[in-house]
Amino acid sequence: MANWIDACAADDIDEEDVIRFDHNGRTFAIYRSPDDEYFCTDGLCTHEKIHLAEGLVMDHTIECPKHNGQFDYRTGEAMRAPVCVNLGTYPVKVERDRVLIEI
Amino acid sequence: MAKRDYSLLGPDAARAVENGLAAADWYHTDIPRKQMKALMKREDQPAIRDTMILFGAMFIFAAIGVALWPSWWSAPFWLAYGVLYGSAMDSRWHECGHGTPFRTAKYNDWVYQIASFCMVRNPVTWRWSHARHHTDTVIVGRDPEIVAMRPPALFRIFLNFFGILDAYNGWKRMLINATGKLGEEEASYIPETEHHKVVRVARIWVVIYAAVITVAVAMQSVLPLMIIGLPRLYGAWHHVMTGILQHAGLADNVIDHRLNSRTVYMNPISRFIYWNMNYHVEHHMFPMVPYHRLPELHALIKQDAPAANPSIFHAYKEVLPILLRQLTYHDDFLTRDLPSTARPYRTDLHESALGKAGPDMTTPNAVPAE
Repeated sequence: MANWIDACAADDIDEEDVIRFDHNGRTFAIYRSPDDEYFCTDGLCTHEKIHLAEGLVMDHTIECPKHNGQFDYRTGEAMRAPVCVNLGTYPVKVERDRVLIEI
Repeated sequence: MAKRDYSLLGPDAARAVENGLAAADWYHTDIPRKQMKALMKREDQPAIRDTMILFGAMFIFAAIGVALWPSWWSAPFWLAYGVLYGSAMDSRWHECGHGTPFRTAKYNDWVYQIASFCMVRNPVTWRWSHARHHTDTVIVGRDPEIVAMRPPALFRIFLNFFGILDAYNGWKRMLINATGKLGEEEASYIPETEHHKVVRVARIWVVIYAAVITVAVAMQSVLPLMIIGLPRLYGAWHHVMTGILQHAGLADNVIDHRLNSRTVYMNPISRFIYWNMNYHVEHHMFPMVPYHRLPELHALIKQDAPAANPSIFHAYKEVLPILLRQLTYHDDFLTRDLPSTARPYRTDLHESALGKAGPDMTTPNAVPAE
C-alpha cells in the first residue's frame, strides 16, 4: 500500500532548487524543477555520502557540492564522474500546496 | 618523531580510517542558501573570454617562436608559450575537472581533455585522484596529491619546476596504461568500470606523441616538440610556484581547510594563469563556486578565515623556512591564526593545529606564521 509522507509546503522550495527532508532516520532531497515540477531522490550522493541538498540544481540536474558529480534528479541517473551509481528516486505529488512523497 | 607513510595502501591510510579522518565532515562557513546559490551559478561568458585569450596568446607566441626559430630571439616567445602550455593548462585541467568554469558541460569537457593532454595527466585517472584530494585534503595516506610531504623532498620539488619528474611519471604511466594495465594505487581509487577509459585515452596519446616524434625525426628538428611535449617541461615553473603555496608547511590530518590551505593575493597575470586558485581556502571549502566568483566568496567569508598572505613573495617567506625545518623536525608545521570573529570547529581535534598545546603535549610542534 502506498505510504505518502507530507514532506513540505510547495513554496518551501524555490524554483530550480532543492531542500533536504529527513524521515525515519533516512534523508531525502526534494527538487522543484524550472518547469515547476517536483521530484524526490535519496538525499546522499552515491559517491561519498554528501548531502545533495547543499548542491546546485541546474535545469534537471543536481550537482554534488563536494566533488561536482551530477545526477538527473528526475530519473536518478548518474551523469558525470565521480558518480557512477544511480540515485534512488521516489514518486511525488502535490496536494493542497503540500509536497507528498511515497517511500 | 612520527614517520609518515604517504602511500595510499600503507599503515597511515589504515590509521586515517580508524581515526575517522577519511571522508570526514569538514568545516564550512555558514552562508545563506540564496547567496550560495548565486555564487555557484554557472555562466559561459567569463570562461569563453579567458579561453579565447589563452588559446589566442598560445597561437601567437608559438607562431612567432616558429618564425624566429632557430634564433635565440625566439626564446622569450617560447617561454611565454611554455608557461601557458605547462602552467595555465594546469589550472584549466583543475577547474574544468570540477566542471565549474563553463555552464555548458561539453565546453568543460573539451578544455579538460586538452589541458589533461598538455599536463600529461590521464583525464580519467586524475579526475578520481583529485576527487580523493577534495575528500581527504592533506590526510596522510589518503590524499594522493600532497606536494610537500614531511620531510619535504625539496630536490624533487626543484626538479618539478622544470616538470622533470611529473612529466616523466606522466609519460611512463601513459605507456603502462596503453598496454592495458593500471598501477595498484590507481586501481585503489578508480572504479573498475572506468579502467577501460584510462587505457583508451593513454592509447590515443601514444599515437599523438608518436606522430609528433615522427615529424621531428623527418624534419631533423626539435621544433615540433617545442610546440607539443617539451613546453610541459620548460613552462612548468609557474604552476609549481603557485601550487606549492596551496598547502605546504601547514597542518596535516585536520578536517578544517582554514588550517591546511592557504589563500594568497597575487598579481593579475599570475591570477590569469592560475585561474584564481590562489583563493585556495575558499576553493576547498566550496568547490562548486566557479573561479571567477572566488574573489566575492573570499570577501564573504573573510571574517571566518585566516588572513590571506599579501603576496607570493610573502607566502614563500613563511613556506621556505618551515620546509627547511621539516627536513629535521617532521612534526613541525605552521599554525593559522583564526580571527576572533571566526567560528571554532572540532577544537578537540585541532588544538595543535591552532597552536594551542593540549594537556598531553610536551613538545610544541606548531610554529606560528609570521
